[in-house]
Amino acid sequence: MSAAVEFAAEVVAPSSRRRSLTLVIGCVLVGVILVTALLSLIYLPYAPDDTSGARLAPPSPEHWAGTDKLGRDLLTQLMIGARIALAVGVGSVLLGGMLGIAIGLLVAFAVRWLDDTLSAVLDVLIAFPTLLLAMLIVAAQGASLGSAILAIGLAMSAIVARLTRVLAKRILSQDYVTAARVSGTGWWGLIVQHVLPNIWPTIVVNLALQFGLAVLAEASLSYLGLGAPPPNASWGRILQEAQGTVLVAPVGAIAPGVLLVVLVIGINLVADGLRDVGDPTRRRSR
Amino acid sequence: MTTYLLRRLAFLVVTLLLASAVLFFLLRLLPGDPANALVSVGATPEQIAAARHHVGADQPLVTQFVTWLGQLATLDLGTSYISGLPVGPEIASRLVVTIPLTLIAFLLAVIIAVPVGFIAAYRSRKWYGLAISAVSQLGIAVPVFWIGVLLISAFALSLPLLPAGGFPPDDWADPVGAIRSLTLPVLTVAIVMSASLTRYVRSSVLDVIGSDYLRTSRALGASFASAMWRHGLRNAAVPVISILGIELATTFLGAVVVESVFALPGLGSMLLKAIAQHDYPNIQGILFVSTFAVLVIGFLADFVQRVVDPRLRDSISGNRVGGRRA
Repeated sequence: MSAAVEFAAEVVAPSSRRRSLTLVIGCVLVGVILVTALLSLIYLPYAPDDTSGARLAPPSPEHWAGTDKLGRDLLTQLMIGARIALAVGVGSVLLGGMLGIAIGLLVAFAVRWLDDTLSAVLDVLIAFPTLLLAMLIVAAQGASLGSAILAIGLAMSAIVARLTRVLAKRILSQDYVTAARVSGTGWWGLIVQHVLPNIWPTIVVNLALQFGLAVLAEASLSYLGLGAPPPNASWGRILQEAQGTVLVAPVGAIAPGVLLVVLVIGINLVADGLRDVGDPTRRRSR
Repeated sequence: MTTYLLRRLAFLVVTLLLASAVLFFLLRLLPGDPANALVSVGATPEQIAAARHHVGADQPLVTQFVTWLGQLATLDLGTSYISGLPVGPEIASRLVVTIPLTLIAFLLAVIIAVPVGFIAAYRSRKWYGLAISAVSQLGIAVPVFWIGVLLISAFALSLPLLPAGGFPPDDWADPVGAIRSLTLPVLTVAIVMSASLTRYVRSSVLDVIGSDYLRTSRALGASFASAMWRHGLRNAAVPVISILGIELATTFLGAVVVESVFALPGLGSMLLKAIAQHDYPNIQGILFVSTFAVLVIGFLADFVQRVVDPRLRDSISGNRVGGRRA
């Protein structure tokens, strides 16, 4: 377990010499979005369905980001969008991560023929693109935040499962694992004591990257009208609604895109930073 | 090579069968009755039952699946519930938009990404090398539809040079109109795709530049250019080719979003409409054709990789050469 603790400690407080600039910048970018999302839970400038403003108004002291074509406050919608983007990211990473790690470990421990069969199934699932799977689920379930999270999480779980399998197999072939097996450690003990602590850093980095992809996938879905229905203002939908009036009221078409880029770049930088911190080869050289 | 081709073809067929089973049953197991699309709201139970019988939805699932596979074997993708038109010709008429969009954008992205990625690796410590990798880093975080919207507002609305969307009604009979309609969508896809391709080309070339064989070749007196030409490019190409296959497949499927931004009558917009109308034969047909395309692209990428890399050819015939990473 010590490796995981050490890794977590380094993530929380990297030594000043190894403080990763990318990690800091990434955390700041993600932090901005996170604070916005948390703030939206306790305070919104206007009610989401308040159409009292002038239509397509430019930014003003009353409406910092202007209003949309129905006269709704754009800042309010963008704040709700931050909440939705993070909810989809967290939800699908939790679902995809837990399911993927569980399946990956199962496949890694399975006998040869089961391993081969399940690996082939995973390859097919990975070839099946997230967006199409999401559309399939939305087609049957109807468009909702839950459908989006379910679809994106399921697609992600296949990718995480394949990664987990490869990593776990590598650990299971080590001599110290054989030694542990000989001395009577059960499969659960192997997973908790040897496999998980060793594969955890790589999995976390990959999940961070998947978080960014999930946010982009949700934006695409809601841009297509297959995401969370109104009044859940997802950034993709705000952008889609503002697309026709981009020359009159550019904020609505530009701001959601900028926020998406900020969040995804931030997450990618965090992933890069974590990789530098968690890379065992770099740690050894210290 | 023949053994390899046969084995790979067999694998392709098995995967296609597996994938069609996955999409068929997934579509059926999820809640929602295909027959709902056939009857109006407030239909009597008898009408619903008649409608279900009419499309065969009252048969057991396995029977339906076998019927569908039988139709596929005769290249018949079924008939739309809504329009009553056969699915196959409808898909074909949509592909004349989607395939050119995908292929031209793909070629453009390769033409941009290969030299740019090479420069980014060759001059990785110069400011422009760093700038290229920073911009390509940014490129993979940008949603494709946003690029589309920005391009529309710049080149269709602010400067009215190109149409903001739509496609000539008589397709390619009006080649100038068709090309004008496809210009912005192609650019949108190419920008996003070249960003991620540039990163792969860069890292692949960086690997080669740091390799022992390139250093040896230089030490034996070859110039950088000739060492790169004789040894480097071929090695750098191997991982890039497999990525190219994945990128091409992703673009073909990602066309759904771009077609929606530019209101193009392609495969993607057909899928969106079919989903909105719960038109199961159409959804199924489009997903099948897309999966087929994705698998064929993967097959081709694998094949080209083997042509470029003799080590892979040897490994299939049994004499595995070392454990060197490609």
